[in-house]
Amino acid sequence: MRILEGEGVTKYFGGLAAVSNVDFYVDQGEIFGLIGPNGAGKTTLFNLISGAFTPKSGVIKFKGEKISGLKPYKICRMGMARTFQEVKIFGNMPVFQNVLLGSLFGTPSGMASANAAKEATELLDFVGLSAVKAIPAGGLTLANQKRVEVARALATKPELLLLDEVMAGLNSTETAETMELVTSIRDRGVTVFMIEHVMRAIMGVCDRIMVLHHGEKIADGTPKEIATSKKVIEVYLGE
Amino acid sequence: MMDSVKKSWKKHLVTFGVPLVLLILVAFLPRYGSSYNVTLTTYFLMNIALAVSWTLFSGYTGYISLATAAFFGVGIYAAALFYPVVGTQLPLIVVVLIAGAASFVLAFIVGLITLRLRGIYFAMFTFGLVLLFKELIYYYEINVEGLRGRFVVLQSNETIYYYLLGIFVVTMIVAYLIRRSKFGLALQSIGQNEEAAAHTGVNVTMVKILTFAVSAIFMGAAGVVMATKWTYVDPGVAFNLMISFTPVLMAIFGGMGNLYGPVIGAVLFTYIQEVLTTGDLAKYYMLIFGAVLIGAIVFMPNGLVGVIQKLVGLVRKWRKGGSVAQNADT
Amino acid sequence: MELFLEILLGGLLIGGIFSLVSMGLSLQYGVARVLNIAHGEFLMFGAFITFWLQQKGVDPLVTVLVVAPLLFIAGFFVYRTMFTTIRLKSPNPGVFESNSLLAAFGLYFIVQNIARLIWGTTPYSYSYLPGRVTIAGADLLDNRLVAAVFAIAVGTAFYIFLARTHIGKSIRAAAQDAYTASLMGVNISFTLALCFGFGAAMAGVAGSLISICYPLSTSMGLGYTVIAIVVVTLGGLGSIPGSFIGGFILGIINTGVTAWEPSLAVAAYYVIFIILLLVRPKGLMGK
Repeated sequence: MRILEGEGVTKYFGGLAAVSNVDFYVDQGEIFGLIGPNGAGKTTLFNLISGAFTPKSGVIKFKGEKISGLKPYKICRMGMARTFQEVKIFGNMPVFQNVLLGSLFGTPSGMASANAAKEATELLDFVGLSAVKAIPAGGLTLANQKRVEVARALATKPELLLLDEVMAGLNSTETAETMELVTSIRDRGVTVFMIEHVMRAIMGVCDRIMVLHHGEKIADGTPKEIATSKKVIEVYLGE
Repeated sequence: MMDSVKKSWKKHLVTFGVPLVLLILVAFLPRYGSSYNVTLTTYFLMNIALAVSWTLFSGYTGYISLATAAFFGVGIYAAALFYPVVGTQLPLIVVVLIAGAASFVLAFIVGLITLRLRGIYFAMFTFGLVLLFKELIYYYEINVEGLRGRFVVLQSNETIYYYLLGIFVVTMIVAYLIRRSKFGLALQSIGQNEEAAAHTGVNVTMVKILTFAVSAIFMGAAGVVMATKWTYVDPGVAFNLMISFTPVLMAIFGGMGNLYGPVIGAVLFTYIQEVLTTGDLAKYYMLIFGAVLIGAIVFMPNGLVGVIQKLVGLVRKWRKGGSVAQNADT
Repeated sequence: MELFLEILLGGLLIGGIFSLVSMGLSLQYGVARVLNIAHGEFLMFGAFITFWLQQKGVDPLVTVLVVAPLLFIAGFFVYRTMFTTIRLKSPNPGVFESNSLLAAFGLYFIVQNIARLIWGTTPYSYSYLPGRVTIAGADLLDNRLVAAVFAIAVGTAFYIFLARTHIGKSIRAAAQDAYTASLMGVNISFTLALCFGFGAAMAGVAGSLISICYPLSTSMGLGYTVIAIVVVTLGGLGSIPGSFIGGFILGIINTGVTAWEPSLAVAAYYVIFIILLLVRPKGLMGK
């Protein structure tokens, strides 16, 4: 089943089309990748999907229902969560509180405090951050801050998780660990849609990939198809 | 294990015990204190209530509200309308409740209009609201009624004191409960990163509007009580911009991240205000006010509480021989 | 019809001054990101300096040559010291905006106190070009006409400065995106302070022009600051041409409401502000 679909999605900033007439879909249970040179419109597309922006034209559907135009908190409660390119954690709040917020507010049916605390603790364990749960999130390393974001997103019990460059700025060990984390998230039953620049990560983990360039979709297919597509190679090597 | 139990016992003693003792002392002040001290403490209580309720919203979310005088003024006019010298009077407690409710509704409407916009619009709007009310009511009094100002029934110092004490206690309890609740967590997250909070399922706009509306209740209530002290009310008295600015200064001065920060700021600054306005320095009052405000923003962004926390942290470090403390004490 | 024309023309005249004041605030907020609530105080000082020089026999229009540089320096200095410190200490732009707003209020209190100590609260005035002229059937005061023309000239000159000169281009770049501009070699700290100084200078010149037509007092500033804020919102935050046009629109509204019910002028500004926030917070030409 197509858990997420977009048809003709377009967004302008001033006179410029940041995203132009993009069609896409994500199947439930897969790991779907989004790549493209800087400025291609990838994060803008995420912002359109998560409700931060409203598309100028086009429709976005989540689980068959139209979500374009809804507020972010509503979309979150419907079962979609995301992380941000510039890690947006709550820096002065302890790590535990960061994740707890997700359990308390982001779940479809709201949660009693005792259960929420339990869930948050489990999630911190899952991402390996139990040891630092009382420390203000702003004091962690970048890699760990990203994990806090992921744990917080997972706390909202999403069916679809949007990851925006979750591997940016990580060294090769951290990248490998994150790749494992992404696969285990999918194994928990969460569909993953990820923007990434780290090629080996995306090629190694994704089932399908879409390529954006100047706001337009120029290719989509399996990693093998993308890696051998002439158009894509031109875009990355040419210019 | 025993160490941590002892620690939490001590912590609870300080957090609840000390204020409780102070509260009892304050509650009995009219019995043994001089009239001057009672009046001074009345102003302490009023300013604490205003500063704490201001911090309730603006401290957490970072949206600077300058509407305090507008809600306070609503309270004053509620007293003028429902507790006048000439005409029928409702029981004072009822008037206080009316003012609280009216302020809540007004703040809710203002929030609905402006809180979905950027902070700067909100600040300007709230600032202007005070001026607008003043102008409108001046116009009404001069052109429609033909007379300026109204008179409210005078209450004894003791009654005023106890009413304000009540408002102060309720304000502190509400502030404390909100802080500890999941609502408070949502508020904090909005202040830290509004976009992330929205994406984590927090209905940011509603949380902001509700908190703002709740904070207005206590301002309106305080206004009613002060009207019974001042007895003469007109738009200049009721919608006085200084009533909007003083709580801001007190909260910044004391420290906004903490429940007791605004309390400390309010007590200290009320005292400074008292000293300044009755001495030779009275004509420099606004200048000193402005300088302290700027100084607090530039040099003490976390207020006195922040300075104290830093000092405590330094002392701890020194005691442990320079090793960094593991547990962040928030 | 005659009343309508009088309102229209009278409004355009006062609007010229409103435009100048608002363009100054727009520079300060749009580029330097400070909502300078003390803007009107620079205006007030401009008016008083002109008054003082006029009393010594200097033609008020000539005093502008003194007022503009003096207030420019004052604005530049204030930004370089106070606001730059706050900017460097603020973790994000939102915090800087609210902190600088509060600091501007602090500045307002300080300046008000000083001004009152020097000049008290009584109004002062002097007479300049008291003659009248008739344009298209409407009866107008000479001094207001001259003030408006001067204001428009200054505003236009500044606009050309922004569009054509090198410094003007750095200012526009900084207004768009301060970070990228700094990467491209624009000295951000200097440019922002420059903008603030220009804004203060424009306020001062507006004050001088106002003193030609109306009485001046130490409390005159706040009213103009409020007007400037409404105009800047109406025209669109960050748009200088927007403030220019918005000033005239508000001028006409001002004369219109004053002709009907003078004491409701300020209330009218607020109603407009509320409607703007409800319907189109971006304003006419905002981005």
